[in-house]
Amino acid sequence: MMTIFGIPTQALFGQLLLGLINGAFYAMLSLGLALIFGLLNIINFSHGALYMMGAFVAWLFLNLLGVGYWWSLLLAPIVVAAFGILIERTMLSRLYKLDHLYGLLLTFGLALIIEGAFRQLYGISGMPYAVPPELAGGWNLGFMYLPIYRGWVVVASLILCLGSWLLIEKTKLGAYLRAGTENATLVQAFGINVPMMVTLTYGFGVALAAIAGVLAAPIYSVNPLMGSNLIIVVFAVVVIGGMGSILGAIITGFMLGLVEGLTKVFYPEAASTVIFVVMSIVLMIKPAGLFGKGN
Amino acid sequence: MTSANPAIAQSGGLTPQRILVFGLLALGLIAPFGVYPIFLMKGFCFALFAAAFNLLLGYVGLLSFGHAMFFGFSAYVTAHAAKEWGLTPEIAILLGVATATVLGAVTGWLAIRRSGIYFAMVTLAFSQMMYFVAVQAPFTHGEDGIQGVPRGHLLGLIDLNDTLTMYYFVFAVLVASLLFLHRIVNSPFGQVLKAIRDNEPRAISLGYEVDRYKLLAFTLSAALAGLAGSVKSLVFQLASLTDVHWHASGEVVLMTLLGGVGTVFGPSAGAFLVVAIQDYFSGIGSWVTIIQGAIFVVCVLLFRSGIVGVMAPMLKRRGIQA
Repeated sequence: MMTIFGIPTQALFGQLLLGLINGAFYAMLSLGLALIFGLLNIINFSHGALYMMGAFVAWLFLNLLGVGYWWSLLLAPIVVAAFGILIERTMLSRLYKLDHLYGLLLTFGLALIIEGAFRQLYGISGMPYAVPPELAGGWNLGFMYLPIYRGWVVVASLILCLGSWLLIEKTKLGAYLRAGTENATLVQAFGINVPMMVTLTYGFGVALAAIAGVLAAPIYSVNPLMGSNLIIVVFAVVVIGGMGSILGAIITGFMLGLVEGLTKVFYPEAASTVIFVVMSIVLMIKPAGLFGKGN
Repeated sequence: MTSANPAIAQSGGLTPQRILVFGLLALGLIAPFGVYPIFLMKGFCFALFAAAFNLLLGYVGLLSFGHAMFFGFSAYVTAHAAKEWGLTPEIAILLGVATATVLGAVTGWLAIRRSGIYFAMVTLAFSQMMYFVAVQAPFTHGEDGIQGVPRGHLLGLIDLNDTLTMYYFVFAVLVASLLFLHRIVNSPFGQVLKAIRDNEPRAISLGYEVDRYKLLAFTLSAALAGLAGSVKSLVFQLASLTDVHWHASGEVVLMTLLGGVGTVFGPSAGAFLVVAIQDYFSGIGSWVTIIQGAIFVVCVLLFRSGIVGVMAPMLKRRGIQA
């Protein structure tokens, strides 16, 4: 058997793949957080709960309506984004003139409500969601075994992240968005409907979380706590990357997933804490975050 | 409200403010004869926890979303010291508070490099790290927690196994801590904290080393949160993962917000309300979480000054400062 640094390659690449998958979820979620933060100046604490909701909507589609994975991948984000837009219109929009911390508190409360409601309805034991038949099975790559679905998650997440990046950096709509992030009042003065843009941005960020939820459903069991466990790590990722740049959020997400995977190979005890240790080091050296601007 | 209170410091007569304070003290002394003492002690512990948290949010304007790490970890240390090392309760509590103080100094040193929303996220992340440490470290006994912690004899003399004795001990700890906090808030140090809260750049331009003030406030807040956790572990004879979980961090935010941020009595009032809700709805699944979330939403949207914050102007018209 081949080994690298005394570690069998199978184990090493297996953990790296797991790290890459975690990184894919970190990237998708921190991208949504960064987008929302850029325009709304709110840290969306309910992001994890909405990710969980995405997975649950897919599960409910399958078990109540018989709607399969591929349609869920399209429909669940729309449903969850509609819910998000409702929240933004009825509640968040009242808070823009106040201290940003109120947005954090409100979305924390919403996260508790959503999580509590799903826990009340479905308990805390996870529900399985089958891998779609098109993506079942795996490939033996020689140095490792690659389950096709896991490869698909990494590829899908890369496509989504790069697509969002292109949308924001290269299109006219993205230019409006970036301008609105810099100076919303001025952009509004040019006749662009900023409140509408804010609502759609929130919807888009939430939809990204929901897609991540659907992608996660076949890997992790669908359970009401899946979001809150993830979102705190994503917050640390966001602190490490800084919320200044979209590409920064994506790169940091994948990078930290890999760091976590490597830690699992070489020092498993620290795997759950390594991201927080990285965060401490970044805070000491570059408090604004790796890609952050200012403080 | 937050302003310095000359009524207590100077005048000798019976001001309405004094009547309120003495009334509450008297109520605290006779309460265990009418209300279940364990419930009251739980309320006191969380009142202290919320008051410690309020020092940071209400007077420095820093929202920590990770105060459970101080509360929960000092509970573990106190429980371990009392059970495994057989130390007397006051030493065990001191060890717990010392742990929380050190933890507060280290995490605070890192966290105050960011402000606002980032500060909240950094503290939350650190507390999650400590949660994972608590899950893995052998001395915390994972999911079981440290059970059957002996309350022991205070100073080797006073038997705390008697519920009423324990009650008065906890009550005394709370009253002393609230007096201490009152003193901090109304000291020159407290005035600087409020200046930082209201206008940080101006405080810097006046020559105050803002970071040192923030760090000291954070450490004090952590130490008092630790005291609350230590005492709680003796009251319930249990230290468990619940106390280090981010839910506990959220609950203390809720108590303070509900009671009134930056008020003296607000966090205590909020703590008792939240504990009462917990006890009342504890039997029926996840409703506690849903209700707590709903209170958050209502507080933020409609009720930002909290119960005491809303009542204070009414009382003030009658010359009472809440």
